[in-house]
Amino acid sequence: MSIEILMPALSPTMTEGNLTKWLVKEGQEVKAGDVIAEIETDKATMEVEAVDEGFVEKLLFNEGDNNIPVNKPIALISGKRAPQSSKKHIKKENSKKTKRVEIIEPHQNQNKIAETEIAVDKEQITMRQAIRDTIAEEMRKDKKVFILGEEVAEYQGAYKVTQGLLEEFGDKRVIDTPISEQGFTGLAIGAAFKGLTPIVEFMTFNFSMQAIDQIINSAAKTLYMSGGQINCPIVFRGPNGAASQVAAQHSQDFSSWYSHVPGLKVVAPSTPLNAKGLLRSAIRDPNPVIFLENEILYGLKGEVSSDNNFKIPFGKANIARKGTDTTIVTYSIMLQKSLEAAKVLKNEFDLDVEVIDLQSLRPIDSDTIINSVKKTNRIITVEESWPFSSIGSEIVNIVQKNAFDYLDAPIIKVNSADVPMPYSSELEKLYLPQIEDIVKAVKEVNYI
Amino acid sequence: MKKLLKNDHLKIYSYMLKIRRFEERSSQLYGMGQIGGFCHLYIGQEAVVVGVLMTIKKNDSVVTTYRDHGHMIARGLELKRIMSELTGRVDGYSSGKGGSMHMFSKENNFYGGHGIVGAQVPIGTGIAFTHKYNGDKNICRTYIGDGAMNNGQVFEAFNLAALWKLPVLYIIENNKYGMGTAVDRAAAGSDLYKRGEAFGIKGEIVDGMNVYSVIKAAFKAGEFVRSGKGPYILEVQTYRYRGHSMSDPAKYRTKKELEEYKNSDPIEIVKEEIIKNKIASKIELEKINKKIIEEVKSAADFALKSNFPSSEELYTDVYL
Repeated sequence: MSIEILMPALSPTMTEGNLTKWLVKEGQEVKAGDVIAEIETDKATMEVEAVDEGFVEKLLFNEGDNNIPVNKPIALISGKRAPQSSKKHIKKENSKKTKRVEIIEPHQNQNKIAETEIAVDKEQITMRQAIRDTIAEEMRKDKKVFILGEEVAEYQGAYKVTQGLLEEFGDKRVIDTPISEQGFTGLAIGAAFKGLTPIVEFMTFNFSMQAIDQIINSAAKTLYMSGGQINCPIVFRGPNGAASQVAAQHSQDFSSWYSHVPGLKVVAPSTPLNAKGLLRSAIRDPNPVIFLENEILYGLKGEVSSDNNFKIPFGKANIARKGTDTTIVTYSIMLQKSLEAAKVLKNEFDLDVEVIDLQSLRPIDSDTIINSVKKTNRIITVEESWPFSSIGSEIVNIVQKNAFDYLDAPIIKVNSADVPMPYSSELEKLYLPQIEDIVKAVKEVNYI
Repeated sequence: MKKLLKNDHLKIYSYMLKIRRFEERSSQLYGMGQIGGFCHLYIGQEAVVVGVLMTIKKNDSVVTTYRDHGHMIARGLELKRIMSELTGRVDGYSSGKGGSMHMFSKENNFYGGHGIVGAQVPIGTGIAFTHKYNGDKNICRTYIGDGAMNNGQVFEAFNLAALWKLPVLYIIENNKYGMGTAVDRAAAGSDLYKRGEAFGIKGEIVDGMNVYSVIKAAFKAGEFVRSGKGPYILEVQTYRYRGHSMSDPAKYRTKKELEEYKNSDPIEIVKEEIIKNKIASKIELEKINKKIIEEVKSAADFALKSNFPSSEELYTDVYL
């Protein structure tokens, strides 16, 4: 009987992997613990070990095959030495526009070949790539720009955002730091005071709490305290909010923490396009900018502008979906969920919701929100953060102050549960705002 | 190190006296309610910053703690603008928005004046990082109080500075008390100059009541750092005559202890040296004293006549 070797989940957010290299051949004997393949995940290239002994009966994918779903069999191992099988079943054709991958479905007849098509449209890139490219483009333009953080250089980025930067710019400008947030954040702030433009990568924003005194007391306040003499052109960036089952200390949304502070600007991209536009604005801004990425969005593909000067100004929201019945104000990953909810609301209740993607949290685009409410007369906010003193709370204030008479229903805030993030996947789902929660809130403000 | 000439001796004497007289006047203005908030005086510690001043180059950077009046004076900044800041006036170095603890002068490479204990240490290390990045051969002198030497970020900064061989000279001003807590009650192993050893940072202890000792050590340490060998630590033993801040009655130490330090007053040491070596006469020195008293008085007069910031100033300088 054959044993299936499955595409392993090698990181909490990995959904698919690329087979970069086979280290065994068909017919070869393997022992438990032998490295059989190299798999590229969303974070790194990892080695896969055999967990059973036997002979490699069949390799189900070719080297170079991409986007193989987690838990899909990639090889078969059998207890008996099998005759060397030919690879004629695995065919691969490449064309410029699309890549056709033929995958053997091992559960079915081995001769039957399933086909999937993967678009490789050159304009479509991932959020990870968009951020990486923007950093590289700005580093090419301005020698004062450099990046530092944990694992940004030789490791190529804990989430592979800085992949290839060390090779292009060298270790003077792509700098691995020790796990020393307060130290390297303070150091980067000092460098910014003295005229450089540091990009500080926090492996995740959870660790920025180690350095929050430097960010607030030093970076945000010194321009004011120095009577306008010393500015701090710096970008603090990294994944923010929940990833996948990394529990309480590694799943926290800092949007309202940082947005509270005068002297900081805070942005939260939701697509590769606005990631590029906002990051370029952030790097070129003479003030400290908090750039809140999202780990789950790193793999999100989308079109980007090829213009090397494309910028999205701060304080400008994007109307991601036009509508007339209810306004949803959201940002970051909750944009995707809000758009999904909008589809449900249209299909099931014939409600046309307007979805506003804030993009920039401080400064915030009050006008776009107010104008939308004046049109829809109903508004909900959707965000991943805790409910107390959240960005949504601020939006409630903006709306009650500026569009009080236009409201036909009380405003509803959709947030995460007001508890630390639990580990268990079922509880995690309950903790985070889901499409159903958004649908429910919109129905509620429409008295449905 | 060059031999000190007459002018150097007089410069040392003048700057130390200037700081002393300025701080005395600050104390008076605080008592009159013209200076508010926290105000930390430098009286007794003058030899430290003036000794270091004698070894500094124009484009070198300086960053320090909230006990910063003396550091600004030693950096050659204008008394009237420092006093204007202390009194919250628009002519202050920070337009009245920083106050005693948060003063800056970018054009003079003076990067504050930081109110959070220890926070200036990574910042100074980052300024040194920039000097290295730019390859400009300048160095950053980062002052640290003894109290900060138990603060984690100081050691994070030491590690980074040693790891990346940054041109930063750490000057620990050990005035014996972190607020009201004696050093040996706060620091396990009270030899603060040894606290860089784990990172391979050399350190030495210096008599901070004697300006000539400070000059010698600061010169040597400055040259070491400038040569690209990485950071260096000076622990300068000094003493503050006044309390931690204006509101501190200093009951944690004895009058006898204070008197003992006053008997080896750093300004008197300079005065004696000058007279003993016939560099200048008592009369000449008294002339300098009178001139400084005048200068400080006119700085105070200027500050008290300066306007308070206008209401529009509340909302400026938040973003560039």
